[in-house]
Amino acid sequence: MSEPLVKIQSLSKRFDTPGGFLKKPRSMLAVRDVSLSIARGDIVGVVGESGCGKSTLARLVLRLIEPTKGAVCFEGADLTQLSRRDLRKMRQRMAMVFQDPYSSLDPRYRVADALAEPFVVQGARVPEGRIAELLEKVGLPNSMAQSYPHQLSGGQRQRVGIARALALNPDFIVLDEPTASLDVSIQAQIVSLIQQLQRDLDLTYLFISHDLGLVRYFCNRIVVMYLGAVVEELPDPNAAPRHPYTRALMASTFAPDPDTRQEATELTGEIPSGFDLPRGCAFAGRCPNVTAKCRETVPVLSRGPHPVACFHPIQG
Amino acid sequence: MLLSVKNLSVGIGTLTLLESVSFDLAKGEIMGLVGESGSGKSLTALALTGLLPLIGGRVTAGSLEFDGTDLATLPKRKLRALRGRRIAFITQNPMTALDPVQRIGPQVDFVSRTHLGLDRKEARARTIELLTQLRIPQADTICSAYPHQLSGGMKQRIVIAMALAGNPDLIVADEPTTALDVTVQAQIIHLLTRLVRERGLALVLITHDMGVVAQACDKVAVLYAGRLAEQKPVHALFASPQHPYSAALIDCIPREGMAPGSLTGIPGNVASATAYPAGCRFHPRCPRAGAGCDTKVPVQRGLSDAGTVACHYPLNGALDV
Repeated sequence: MSEPLVKIQSLSKRFDTPGGFLKKPRSMLAVRDVSLSIARGDIVGVVGESGCGKSTLARLVLRLIEPTKGAVCFEGADLTQLSRRDLRKMRQRMAMVFQDPYSSLDPRYRVADALAEPFVVQGARVPEGRIAELLEKVGLPNSMAQSYPHQLSGGQRQRVGIARALALNPDFIVLDEPTASLDVSIQAQIVSLIQQLQRDLDLTYLFISHDLGLVRYFCNRIVVMYLGAVVEELPDPNAAPRHPYTRALMASTFAPDPDTRQEATELTGEIPSGFDLPRGCAFAGRCPNVTAKCRETVPVLSRGPHPVACFHPIQG
Repeated sequence: MLLSVKNLSVGIGTLTLLESVSFDLAKGEIMGLVGESGSGKSLTALALTGLLPLIGGRVTAGSLEFDGTDLATLPKRKLRALRGRRIAFITQNPMTALDPVQRIGPQVDFVSRTHLGLDRKEARARTIELLTQLRIPQADTICSAYPHQLSGGMKQRIVIAMALAGNPDLIVADEPTTALDVTVQAQIIHLLTRLVRERGLALVLITHDMGVVAQACDKVAVLYAGRLAEQKPVHALFASPQHPYSAALIDCIPREGMAPGSLTGIPGNVASATAYPAGCRFHPRCPRAGAGCDTKVPVQRGLSDAGTVACHYPLNGALDV
């Protein structure tokens, strides 16, 4: 296999909260030691519930925030070591689509201005006809170039967000829950658009989502995160889960079929706060297969084709 | 029938936002109300709970018969006695349903003190019993906590406890799990279905998620742009949806083993209430739209599978009965 397009190595991010009157400063590891290789043309999905660090990971990968530790290599160049100027240059090749199209578009910018912004940032001229071309790529009428975001529906706004990500012809796009704030009917439209663009433009995606059903439909490799760490990497979307958390996530996905009703999940409780992590496995408090060892020692992600971080993985 | 909604229309100002919606619900049944944003789901919930005046709306036609009483014409005072006691409401966001500056215990106690006339001690005992039934650990400690100290799932359980505190017959839940994580959503939906079965409650479950409908409901009403598109038992709806809109909504959910590219969504957007198209309101987005769809409003027709559909060109060879 050739060199991966993006290689994430032992990436960690710690957030500190300042102390105050009678309040101790605290810190949390939002992302803990995450490593991941993304080959050209790959669609890698990252799933997990709120607080699992998936959005922080998305921002770290494009160095929108600085990592505490670790490296992100894009075609061999470590983004975390690049100067601002070199980083900006490199950023032409990568883009991000944000979750909330309402807050990621400036309300005072017309659609055409929003789409020209990436060129402005790069100090480049907008090529003749590029705006119209971008709008066409995402299925919006050319007349919309003069509209303001508030005149668009949620789905149309997200299409503008995608068009903006495509502006500089990137190779790699990070999509952070691009459909989470949309109706299911619009979600399906956007997902098929993203899928079609990937094929047409030969793009590589890192797709962040809380919806395992969607990720299994859309991605060819899936990373499951829990409380900042990767607990399992599914080599293909239909692989049987080996981590009890992945299995619980699958059991919690409601299939649109009344003839196969799921039993109540074995999972109880919710994700604990990242500020006071348990000593052993982060999932120990909710895990149905927990043993004494799990509460004492942190399991590491195994090697091999189907990595899992669990002392008692489910045997397939 | 515990609840019988007949030709319900709801308006705000000069706009009619909900038009001639009818459905029935018996005790022990869960009815799903689905549709995209703007289809009139939440308006139906507000009409059922008598809360339309809060948003300046009113029932303009039709009736909402609850256990023999028409809620649409009931005086405010009587409605207030009914709401919270026999009809409970669970909102989408538990944070807005709870008072942030009051401890959990008194908030839940308030319902049974107001509606069941219990004294302080009895009410607290009932609260603790309810919280325990909802699998909230250390119920007495939780009673002295403030809402911000609890997680989202825990807060939604508290809201459910408040809904149950008056010992209601009907619960209206408006997207009760949309703000929650998936594993927590599954817990809450299973909890609600268990309560309905055990206590013989009736539940109107509003959701935009066909997955939730398939897993939890007994029957379904599909709303589109303020009108009823189709309604029928849940198995029949998923096995043979007659309205193209119902079929499209079902197809929006990715299924296991679905081929890439097979998820297409529904083209366009729900029309705004100020610019509803003539005829069938779905026709601009409908793959089956044909002659007459843009001029004639389709009427509800009875189906052989105990449902009704409003479509000129239904799928799966609909039969009139």
